[in-house]
Amino acid sequence: MVSSVKSSAGAGKSKTTKTKSSPQEIAIDALHVTKIYRGDTDVLALDDVSVQIRKNEFFTLLGPSGCGKTTLLRLIAGFEHPTAGMITLEGEDISLLPPYQRPVNTVFQSYALFPHMSVAENIGFGLEMLGKPKSEIDRTVDNMLELVKMTELKNRQTSQISGGQQQRVALARALAPRPKVLLLDEPLSALDLKLRKQMQIELKRLQHETGITFVFVTHDQEEALTMSDRVAVMSEGNILQVGPPREIYDHPAERFVANFIGDTNFITAGLVSIGKSSAKVKLPSGKTVAAALPQGGISKSDAKGKVTVVIRPEHARIGKAASNSTLSGTLQNIVYIGTDTHYHLELPKGDIFIIRSQNQRDFEESHRVGKKYGIEIGPGAVQVLRD
Amino acid sequence: MADASMVSPAKKTGRAFSIRKQTGFTTMAIVCFFLLYAPLLPLVFYSFNAGTSLAFFEGFSFRWYVAAWNNDLVIDATIRSVYLAAAASSIATVLATMAALGTTRTKPYKGLTAIYVMINQPLMVPEIVTAVALLILFASIKAATNYHGMAYLIIAHTAFCIPFAYLPIRARLEGMDLSLETAAADLYATPWLTFRRVTFPLLWPGILAGMMLAFVISLDDVVITELVKSSGQDTLPTYMLGQLRRAITPEVNAISSVLLAVSVIMVTIFFFLNRKSS
Repeated sequence: MVSSVKSSAGAGKSKTTKTKSSPQEIAIDALHVTKIYRGDTDVLALDDVSVQIRKNEFFTLLGPSGCGKTTLLRLIAGFEHPTAGMITLEGEDISLLPPYQRPVNTVFQSYALFPHMSVAENIGFGLEMLGKPKSEIDRTVDNMLELVKMTELKNRQTSQISGGQQQRVALARALAPRPKVLLLDEPLSALDLKLRKQMQIELKRLQHETGITFVFVTHDQEEALTMSDRVAVMSEGNILQVGPPREIYDHPAERFVANFIGDTNFITAGLVSIGKSSAKVKLPSGKTVAAALPQGGISKSDAKGKVTVVIRPEHARIGKAASNSTLSGTLQNIVYIGTDTHYHLELPKGDIFIIRSQNQRDFEESHRVGKKYGIEIGPGAVQVLRD
Repeated sequence: MADASMVSPAKKTGRAFSIRKQTGFTTMAIVCFFLLYAPLLPLVFYSFNAGTSLAFFEGFSFRWYVAAWNNDLVIDATIRSVYLAAAASSIATVLATMAALGTTRTKPYKGLTAIYVMINQPLMVPEIVTAVALLILFASIKAATNYHGMAYLIIAHTAFCIPFAYLPIRARLEGMDLSLETAAADLYATPWLTFRRVTFPLLWPGILAGMMLAFVISLDDVVITELVKSSGQDTLPTYMLGQLRRAITPEVNAISSVLLAVSVIMVTIFFFLNRKSS
């Protein structure tokens, strides 16, 4: 595996449990890819990005708009070419190939269905361009229509079907030529919530059934966690962390990752000692607790004795104020949101700590705003950030 | 139109600002339409006059339409006009399509705006200036080659037809989702196949609209034709101009009415083609 500064996290664990990484197993390998859009002012869209996408995995590029996720997708598709660096597909350098020579297909955000063709003609287009015989095209189109459950709409015009159906046609069209990698550019963003949830499961099913590598771009963290085998979190042209959803959520390495995915409490703590995979940190309350270190660790000189730790709201409990509480604070707000209740506590230094507690049926709220409470933090809930 | 002001306010709540509520706006619009169309009414009206006068209506008759139909000079000029308009608008449309692709399907380059302005030059340069310039240029070529054929008129008409063909084609290209062509390339279509299978079929209504507009513009042209044509190359408009210098009969009205009808039909088709595109 080619090492890279920022994308090594996450690869380690599963690599050892599965099989050893060899070139045949990697679908897409991006090596030090930089993309600068030239113009009146040059825009650095990707800044020396290296990432490996494995065969048959559902890989998600997650980040806010402008983070470079779509640029990376367009570079893999061939709509743009890298300013520096290289992209290989199954070991073959494809950096400079035009899109029509890459065995890679895209599902576009706008679907981009050809309005002058029927559903079947749209799905068959790729195979037709590849010069496949008509009998094979017809057979594949029928299979694809069945795969996305659209058989009865075969001869419709694309303007006569709903948004969700257009989405399925776009998927079928991109899958029909059996690409080595399927790229999906925020394909669910135009759908309403219910349909989106349905399509998330549908996409996962399609990926399983076809065995094709999916590279999915989204800014929706929940979508990324739901569907992906691995997620790459991007910000400002960099990949900050790569790993399975659980690892990204439970062990964020950087403040941006922790903040972008889920709700988080940030606390500044003193570094007491540092071990191989965990450290001891001193919380503002004076208590010393064990904390997990991020993949790749931190160097002591980085931290200058102070580190930022994160605690997820659902990993803390509200309890009686006691001298041996891990932290304590004054209850400021109780927010009832149906499934959960959020308690907002003000720590002695003025920071707000949020606790999320799952509600029981007919549960009587006994906590009172203005009173002091203890914050109990379970073992393994404290994570040290790299910054 | 006047009824619009009678609509109850409750029905208009959909739009906060309506220009119609401005005092005098509706009146102004009616006056403008009147000035535009009123002069055409007597022209069409007297084309059906049974008498020879343009001022006294002596009964309804198709007499002048029949006269024009039987006038060899009119038929000759009509055939030449249609031939010229067809040739010029076809060539202009091909060139305009290429120009439209070259100004919308490329990465933005230096001088793109300048090229855009240059393509539309015939819209800005006074027609008489172009006409005189062509007269002088072609006169020297005619003297040198002794060729006096239709090519001069076709070239001249092609030149001023280009922007009229270009604008609707460009508008159609700009309204087209660029990701369609990207998708075609993604699905293994080479640039030529992308053009043939995706760009061109979607651009087709725009091309047709541009061609019809160019055809009408060429059909109506007087100034450039008058100065460029050799003797015996009258088009319908220049023939009519020649007639007006002599005795005016309702025959001119009849020809004008037919020309008007053809133009209206073609412009109507043009609008329908354009509406389909949006």
